[in-house]
Amino acid sequence: MCLLMSACQRQHQDIRPSPTSLAIYGDAAKEDVIRPGGPVNPQPVVNNPYNGSAYDISEGQRLYNWYNCSGCHFQGGGGIGPPLIKQHWIYGGEPANLFDTIVKGRPNGMPAWGGRIPAYQIWEIVAYVRSMNGEQPRSATPSRADSIEPNPQTIVNRVNGQTK
Amino acid sequence: MMQRAKWARAFAIASSLVLTSCIYNRQSAVDPAGPQAGRVDTLWWSFFWLLGAIFLIVMILTVMTLGRRHRGFEQEPLAIRHKASDETESQLRRVVTGATIATIVILFVLIVASVGTGKANSELQQKKNPLTIQVTGTQWWWQIQYMNSDPTQNLTTANEIHIPVGRPVQIRGASNDVIHSFWVPNLNGKRDLIPSRITSEWIEADHPGEFRGQCAEFCGLQHAHMAIWVIAEPQAQFDAWMKAQLQPAAAPQTPAQIRGQQVFLNNACMYCHAIQGTPAVGQNGPDLTHFGSRRGIAANTVPNTMGNLAGWILDPQSMKPGNHMATVEVSSTDLQPLVEYLESLK
Repeated sequence: MCLLMSACQRQHQDIRPSPTSLAIYGDAAKEDVIRPGGPVNPQPVVNNPYNGSAYDISEGQRLYNWYNCSGCHFQGGGGIGPPLIKQHWIYGGEPANLFDTIVKGRPNGMPAWGGRIPAYQIWEIVAYVRSMNGEQPRSATPSRADSIEPNPQTIVNRVNGQTK
Repeated sequence: MMQRAKWARAFAIASSLVLTSCIYNRQSAVDPAGPQAGRVDTLWWSFFWLLGAIFLIVMILTVMTLGRRHRGFEQEPLAIRHKASDETESQLRRVVTGATIATIVILFVLIVASVGTGKANSELQQKKNPLTIQVTGTQWWWQIQYMNSDPTQNLTTANEIHIPVGRPVQIRGASNDVIHSFWVPNLNGKRDLIPSRITSEWIEADHPGEFRGQCAEFCGLQHAHMAIWVIAEPQAQFDAWMKAQLQPAAAPQTPAQIRGQQVFLNNACMYCHAIQGTPAVGQNGPDLTHFGSRRGIAANTVPNTMGNLAGWILDPQSMKPGNHMATVEVSSTDLQPLVEYLESLK
């Protein structure tokens, strides 16, 4: 029964995002909390409304390519821009930090997308980027990628020194 | 009672289908508008009449056996080891052998007719002076690219194909995501559009007209709202259309249109749509360079009118739930200029 219930949640498609559920972004990731070079630990008080939603994670993947995030970050491994499959984030790796980074842009090349694309799409991209690091439930992420690459979970395990 | 209601419903559905196909012959395989569809049409009717006649004969024989004189109660039952007379035996043998031979011959004739039609319509046929159009199926619209060896004559549009009458057109089918199927029944049969490979089929219109096509392979939520128009027109008219389409987008004239262009370029629109002659070069959605000249919006889900366009931009998910167009917040004062600008792109 639990399995069935989780399957329902997994396939839930919020095709028309309600503005109220998205008006949660506040001042969650203040820059003064972020210490360059040091351990990053801003208060993660904002949760991504699309956490654990397979539909929105796959939408995020589509948008990641549509808006050419892959042009600099490639499929998460980085190249022109920093990799997105990693443990140590320059500007914080919590959903609110990622949202903030996409909205405001960052020095040395990351453009600001705030006001350019709808907020719900930014949250979907955040959900997808988090899934690259295995920070989405396994039930909501595909077990294998569309392109030829190792399973992100494998990379994360390798980075974390875990062997399966 | 239940049975009768079921038959009545089946009859109603069947008759409404027949009526619809009579009225709506702009999307009909039995109203061919070209040689390819003509062959398919001939094949269909020869199958229909031949198999219909066989069906009728079988039914008549079945009814005849029902009315045949049977052994009455007054007669003795047949012996368990009954042996038919030699006369009956040879008669039965003749009937069964004859029916088997007839079936084999008919099946063979049908196979020859079917393969012959497929061969005549085959993509491998070479034609003189063909026009090549690449049709890329995308969830849930059609990207149309006119291919030419001269790159300045390449044209990208969406959901609407114009073809000159009497000239063979090669459709190169591609797909961006899942398997779609290109089907304009008045012109030819279905051809699947398969990701990461190119399929091909020939169409040719022998008279001017507007023919509707539809995706014929289930491709997701909005498969039903993925229509395409093929407009066959005389060569001169086609050339004029082509010439107009190859121009960059019309510059905005009125203050409202100028504002509309600013709205378009300052919102998410430009990340997915291209308007040639402006900085908008997005390739994720349909090319809007000559949007105002097209018949429908949202892959011909609704006619291209200002009201429909405004509704579509405000809430794309109401017309086509699940489609990939972003819900962009456009303020009420910006919506009208945006619509006016887009409709001015003739």
